[in-house]
Amino acid sequence: MSTVVDDTHHDEHHDHKPYGITRWLFTTNHKDIGSLYLWFSFIMFFIGGAMAMVIRAELFQPGLQLVEPNFFNQMTTVHGLIMVFGAVMPAFTGLANWMIPMMIGAPDMALPRMNNWSFWILPFGFAVMLSSLFMEGGGPNFGWTFYAPLSTTYSNDSTAFFVFAIHILGISSIMGAINVIVTITNMRAPGMSYMKMPLFVWTWLITAFLLIAVMPVLAGAVTMVLTDKYFGTSFFDAAGGGDPVMFQHIFWFFGHPEVYIMILPSFGIISAIIPAFTRKRLFGYASMVYATASIAILSFLVWAHHMFTTGMPVFAELFFMYCTMLIAVPTGVKIFNWVATMWRGAMTFEAPMLFALAFVILFTIGGFSGLMLAITPVDFQYHDTYFVVAHFHYVLVTGAVFSIMAAAYYWLPKWTGYMYDETLAKLHFWTSLISVNVLFFPMHFAGLAGMPRRIPDYAVQFADVNQIASIGGFAFGLSQLIFLWLVIKCTRGGEKAAAKPWEGAEGLEWTVPSPAPYHTFEKPPKVE
Amino acid sequence: MSDSNANRADNGKIVKRLLLTVAGMFAFGFALVPLYDVFCEVTGFNGRTNNEAVAVTHTEVDKSRTVTVQFITRNAQGIPWKFEPSIKQVKVHPGEVRVVNFLADNPTRSDMVAQAIPSVAPAEASLYLNKVECFCFNQQPLAAGDNTEMPMQFYLDPEIPDHITTLTLSYTLYDMTANATAETLAQLQTSE
Repeated sequence: MSTVVDDTHHDEHHDHKPYGITRWLFTTNHKDIGSLYLWFSFIMFFIGGAMAMVIRAELFQPGLQLVEPNFFNQMTTVHGLIMVFGAVMPAFTGLANWMIPMMIGAPDMALPRMNNWSFWILPFGFAVMLSSLFMEGGGPNFGWTFYAPLSTTYSNDSTAFFVFAIHILGISSIMGAINVIVTITNMRAPGMSYMKMPLFVWTWLITAFLLIAVMPVLAGAVTMVLTDKYFGTSFFDAAGGGDPVMFQHIFWFFGHPEVYIMILPSFGIISAIIPAFTRKRLFGYASMVYATASIAILSFLVWAHHMFTTGMPVFAELFFMYCTMLIAVPTGVKIFNWVATMWRGAMTFEAPMLFALAFVILFTIGGFSGLMLAITPVDFQYHDTYFVVAHFHYVLVTGAVFSIMAAAYYWLPKWTGYMYDETLAKLHFWTSLISVNVLFFPMHFAGLAGMPRRIPDYAVQFADVNQIASIGGFAFGLSQLIFLWLVIKCTRGGEKAAAKPWEGAEGLEWTVPSPAPYHTFEKPPKVE
Repeated sequence: MSDSNANRADNGKIVKRLLLTVAGMFAFGFALVPLYDVFCEVTGFNGRTNNEAVAVTHTEVDKSRTVTVQFITRNAQGIPWKFEPSIKQVKVHPGEVRVVNFLADNPTRSDMVAQAIPSVAPAEASLYLNKVECFCFNQQPLAAGDNTEMPMQFYLDPEIPDHITTLTLSYTLYDMTANATAETLAQLQTSE
């Protein structure tokens, strides 16, 4: 590929954009679509967060106070589905849309019309899913993992809505992934070789391949649930010759790569932010790329560590245990590289860096509890307890969500043209950091003491721990309103941002003015 | 401009390949179903046993050791039958052919059809448990208020590893009245 010349916009002036609602409905501009994705995920974050507040309120004391057990189960299920498919994944796709073309010096995404579609089917998918909550019998209540036979024999009549919603979200993710792959392969500026790409681009490229590989398997699994429930097939029904344990194998074949889909782009974000605020180059760029690729490949070999208690042969348990522990090696390489980047750097602690540092520490805690869970014999004790809940919230909230917040602070000046309010940002950071640990850390102890997950009521000895966690939960929820206020404030004005507001930042996105013009890199930049 | 057109063609090629991968992975999701069955059959994974009769082809019986075979039964949700083995456990020599009867009683006022699904623990032992005849090979009809004795004839493969000294054969009984085969229903009619 030599040069990229954009011929679709030659009749438009540089910053000419359409007005009103049609601008957003029909837009094919990567920055508009990126903003749509980010706002959508922000809204979903608050809807899913509201459900978490219902959960924590019910668990504030033992006994049934506020909601029916069936509604409680719907809350845990839909909270999980929304946070995974509505908050974290669209936020990453939004960041990819905004940043990847600017990072590789491309004028837009390779397939702009498909880009418009992949965003606009998302609200419909979630409308379908959320509407089922208001139907007779309620929405999905079988957990976000929708294990058969809970989702087949015992599920309520609205399950078809859940299935179709997952189909739509899957199609959206697949289209987004195809777009990312084509953009990165074909639209890089001259001189931008693969090994010169920023790590965010690299991690997203690998994530996109994971999405292409596993989202269709998820689509297959929900389709089998659909036909088992409504059309009399017996994929997962033992009476008809099927096997409910097979559901778990198929689901986790999707599910484990899925959890890396939600963390690999974070690695890219952190690898951009730490060097910028350390004023040093990233330590071990190539090893970061290889570590990411190894994590992605290994993610296909560890799915059964979610199902140690299903009665697998010892050999299989050992195989999946060792493969799982092996993943700690490339992940350790990453943590080492970030720490080595900071070593003797001229560090400053603006909000993006604070969130990145919290990410490194707290994600590592989540990784360690993951290693504990990987040990087959002790997993029999931890399985399906709050220890698991603590583990995956450390990697997903203080991991994925913190990295998204770090990314938002890092690139907000580029998106809006204004600096965000640093005082508010620090307040947001410290309240979030303290409350998130008050919320999730005690859950480790509840789990080790045997408190099961997904229950609306619990034995009285867990009351204190749950009360502390609930207080942390409410505080964390409120802290996010500071973030919302800060983002709105930043879009409306403030101190003007320079093209490169961070002294140590590197990359093509900082060579264009802030806010980034509607069309950037119509003539490709030169990369040495 | 020509560069840009070449670029478009390239895009099309990659998109086509990626879409093929998507279709392939969707098919792979479904292919996992038969693959899983084959895998279970070969490795004994999940404790499945043969669901077709195995002929007795050997003559030797390994009198030097005995293996305890235990039987447990349970009813799936929604089937009120009484269903239990006539004996809780038997001690057999590998190779020896034995018959165990299972008792079923339909206490309801309607004719019903049931299907028993077997499972063996430890799963490894399922490879060596051979059924010559079993009620679990077919759906079992039972008229209202009726009861019956259902035979299960089996032997353990003499190749069974030494470390397996006890194995448990479990049957779960499912209500199949709504999905009964025509053949089973015909049996119900003749019995009345």
